[in-house]
Amino acid sequence: MNAPAMRAGPAAPGYGHVVDPDRVDTSHGPILYLEGVTVSFDGFKALNALSLTIERGELRCIIGPNGAGKTTMMDVITGKTRPDAGTAFFGQTFDLTRLPETEIARLGIGRKFQKPTVFENHTVFENLELAMKTDKQVRATLFARLSSEQRALIARTLKTIRLEGAEHQLAGSLSHGQKQWLEIGMLLVQEPELILLDEPVAGMTDAETERTAELILELEGAHSLVVVEHDMDFVGKIARKVTVLHEGSVLAEGGMADVQENERVIEVYLGR
Amino acid sequence: MTRFFAPRTWLAILAVAAVLLVVLPVLHLAVPQGHPLHVSSFWITLIGKFMCYAVVALAMDLIWGYTGILSLGQGVFFALGGYAFGMYLMRQIGHDGVYQSDLPDFMVFLDWKAFPWYWAGTDSFVVALVKIVAVPGLLAFIFGFFAFRSRIKGVYFSIITQAMTFAAMLAFFRNDMGFGGNNGFTDFKRVLGIPITAPGTRTTIYILSGVYLLLALVMCRYIVTSKLGRVLTAIRDQESRLMFLGYRTLSYKLFVWTLAAVMSGIAGALYVPQVGIINPSEMSPANSIEIAIWAAVGGRGTLFGPILGAFAVNGAKSWFTVAFPQFWLYFLGLLFVLVTLFLPRGLMGLFEMLRRRPAVKEQAPEAVEPSVEPQVAAPAPLPATEPVHTQSPSIPPGIAMEGKT
Repeated sequence: MNAPAMRAGPAAPGYGHVVDPDRVDTSHGPILYLEGVTVSFDGFKALNALSLTIERGELRCIIGPNGAGKTTMMDVITGKTRPDAGTAFFGQTFDLTRLPETEIARLGIGRKFQKPTVFENHTVFENLELAMKTDKQVRATLFARLSSEQRALIARTLKTIRLEGAEHQLAGSLSHGQKQWLEIGMLLVQEPELILLDEPVAGMTDAETERTAELILELEGAHSLVVVEHDMDFVGKIARKVTVLHEGSVLAEGGMADVQENERVIEVYLGR
Repeated sequence: MTRFFAPRTWLAILAVAAVLLVVLPVLHLAVPQGHPLHVSSFWITLIGKFMCYAVVALAMDLIWGYTGILSLGQGVFFALGGYAFGMYLMRQIGHDGVYQSDLPDFMVFLDWKAFPWYWAGTDSFVVALVKIVAVPGLLAFIFGFFAFRSRIKGVYFSIITQAMTFAAMLAFFRNDMGFGGNNGFTDFKRVLGIPITAPGTRTTIYILSGVYLLLALVMCRYIVTSKLGRVLTAIRDQESRLMFLGYRTLSYKLFVWTLAAVMSGIAGALYVPQVGIINPSEMSPANSIEIAIWAAVGGRGTLFGPILGAFAVNGAKSWFTVAFPQFWLYFLGLLFVLVTLFLPRGLMGLFEMLRRRPAVKEQAPEAVEPSVEPQVAAPAPLPATEPVHTQSPSIPPGIAMEGKT
């Protein structure tokens, strides 16, 4: 596994250091920390005392049958759903259960939804430009000019998402797989610390799935990634550590092979 | 990224501006009456009026065509700008009213002894200029803040803007509001001490209206080609996605909504001295709907379209209300239905279609082999305001044409 890139302050763990209020602090541990998170909808427990930690630079796959709480977990992390109990921290300082959605996105948690929602009447380039991490106030946007670094970032991203040469196409004219990649590109230009991918290969052709797997492996290390996926072949290609969710809590965790041999997992999920 | 205006477009704009702002005024002032080349004051007033309407149509295009917010209350901002300047014009009458009093005639008629408090400072031209911007701007800002914060969208927003303009109209109809009741303000004598009906004054206000239209067009073009313009169209198409990218869409909507109100208010202030009257009928719900029709007829999201629409619809109105006065509203309704059904991109879309159709017709008989066909269809019909990128042949024609309602 690649060594996680330490971008936090220079202070060694264990010593006091000044916390930058705008940057996620992971000097003492994981980038994402969930403990005892419970969410219920009308008595149905979508998440039941879920605990999960993601290390910086880690690529984690999350699998589980329908209704296991995968999407609800994503909703809690991005602030869309507030848990009834439990704690959710981004680094050591950001309490995800209190911060508003836009603030969480700004701090560096990027999420790709199941259904690609790109701006269809904008070009690929403009989609990336809109998504880019920059001052998003009205005045700054009115007078915004792309700097050469920003252009370089877009060019790099276009290459990563395999849309080089298509930057002036309208996003609406892309194939389904290309739209999914554009979505991932729109996440990347936000330079997020943590990327959540919800079923990234749903509806893709085999070739597209293959390329998506390559793409995700390229991102590993530079970003922390959480991938929720049904497609077991795909998970097998990219999996490092796999977490199996069932009825709102963790059923098993470990390497792909370990998980596949786990009897309880076979019983609730793989056996079907 | 997007070019501001193509050189050819600049030339066309400047040519039209030269005719409207130099040739016509010269023909009006320098050529004696009775000469075949003389442009009468009727035409100067009419075109001056239309140019004010055109700015309102531009404002409508910003909020509706680009941002997808259909305001059916734009007339209220136009009228408020008109009233703000009308108050100053009333003070300029001085003692020349029917009752030769300090107070405007309608106040004497109501047996008022002094100006109400909100008429303070109305004798100052500078204060009037500030109010022309501030009154519509503040109303729009406050109204917009609460409406957008409550995430009122689509048809609900349109309905409350209708309610707003209707409420304002009823309020201004009341005599004790102190704005002249249903007669409004009229019988203006002077502006800045100069007689208001003098040809020179009329022509000056006419030219100011034209320069204002030109500036408004350039400003709107700057906005829609900036990144902010792309944010606005993204709000129209996928607002929630944009919020997820970290944009506070409330501020964007509030900005463009308030800007459109201020633009309309200034247009109203230029309109009033030209037509010589402002009364509450300018705030009638039907008036505001008409503004939306100008934009729709011309072509939403094109800037030039709504200007064209304002001229075309009002030109038709001027003729119709003389020839068949009782049928105007039927015609307007029919026009709106037809445009919505057959010309979703308005006149601009029609021109675009006509420009390509002759080429297609000529080629059609020869197009036996399929190899000819793609060449004809190759230039994808991108909207005029979108960046046209020649290196994107794979865009299916029509994909960019979908207008959002």
